[in-house]
Amino acid sequence: MAVEPGGNVLVSTLDRVLSWAANLSRKNSLWPMPFATACCGIELMATGASRYDIARFGSEAIRFSPRQCDLMIVAGRVPMKILPVLQRIWLQMPEPKWCISMGACASSGGVFDTYAVVQGIDRFIPVDVYVPGCPPRPEQLLQSLMDIQAKVSRTGTVSGSEFSKRGPGEAPKSLALEVAPADSLVAPADFSTATRLQGGGRTP
Amino acid sequence: MTHEEILTKLRERFGAESFTTSEFRDNRRVHVAPERLYGFLEFLKRDCGFDMLLELSAADYLHYPGAKDRYGIWYILLNMADGAKLFVKTFVNDPDPTLPSAYPLWRGADWMEREVYDMYGVVFDGHPDLRRILMPDEFTAFPLRKDYPLRGRGERHNFPVITRAEG
Repeated sequence: MAVEPGGNVLVSTLDRVLSWAANLSRKNSLWPMPFATACCGIELMATGASRYDIARFGSEAIRFSPRQCDLMIVAGRVPMKILPVLQRIWLQMPEPKWCISMGACASSGGVFDTYAVVQGIDRFIPVDVYVPGCPPRPEQLLQSLMDIQAKVSRTGTVSGSEFSKRGPGEAPKSLALEVAPADSLVAPADFSTATRLQGGGRTP
Repeated sequence: MTHEEILTKLRERFGAESFTTSEFRDNRRVHVAPERLYGFLEFLKRDCGFDMLLELSAADYLHYPGAKDRYGIWYILLNMADGAKLFVKTFVNDPDPTLPSAYPLWRGADWMEREVYDMYGVVFDGHPDLRRILMPDEFTAFPLRKDYPLRGRGERHNFPVITRAEG
């Protein structure tokens, strides 16, 4: 640089300043989209109510339209019939957006190791934070929200370029995406063109 | 109408050899062959006052000790006037498990027959809209059959993956 900075000049780039400001705004007003399919949803409601009070973290604006939200909280087991709906709702959420997989069922299928239950939503949509528990207490969900906030301030950019870098899932892949030998039998049905996903806002 | 009166009426109408009976506690069952089933159900509704179909369900008796037939389907009937209850049970077999639909008699059979079809693959002839009701339309197996593995045949892993870049 040709210009020598003086004593009180903060050296930074415009992008970093803007990102810092954007992340401060984003992380303190995350708008959750509750995808509550089971008992975890009850704990999610308790988290939103006055005793645990998610408003202390700026996330009290819970909206039931994915178009208005930037944080999806998948709370409960996800059967294969609802998975295309989950994917469609995820695609309908505007960037930047994050996803919490709440509880054992959403993270791994939990005790429901059966033909109809998806064994972890991270196989099919990206997940940022996993919450263990069956169901997790509201404190755990608030901790996961704080983890999302930390992640936003750590990785967020004003242009959203951090999302284009990320892969399908950020879980330990060999574990989360492993399919047991007994499970890898030939599937007689083809779900790759499940009708509920068609026209679901998938970007071309 | 007592249970004995019902059985007497059935014997008069269809003959004593046309069905067998069994009991478990207060469950009184009438076992009929599938080809006689619809006549029995119609008679029980029209002439014995069984105006409500409480339950229609099935079980797969594959590998069941002492079972001769594969799919057992039962109808639980209720007479709402006097509270009498009767089980009607029948068996069908592969490769073509088919029964006449009870939908013309009781509209409540609609979804229950769809569920039995969805889970066991038993076809109900004459049902107005025999589609899957619990599993997605793309599903091809019948998951409650005993020869279907508990974890499925990989259907639950067979979806498109949405990445960060796509979303």
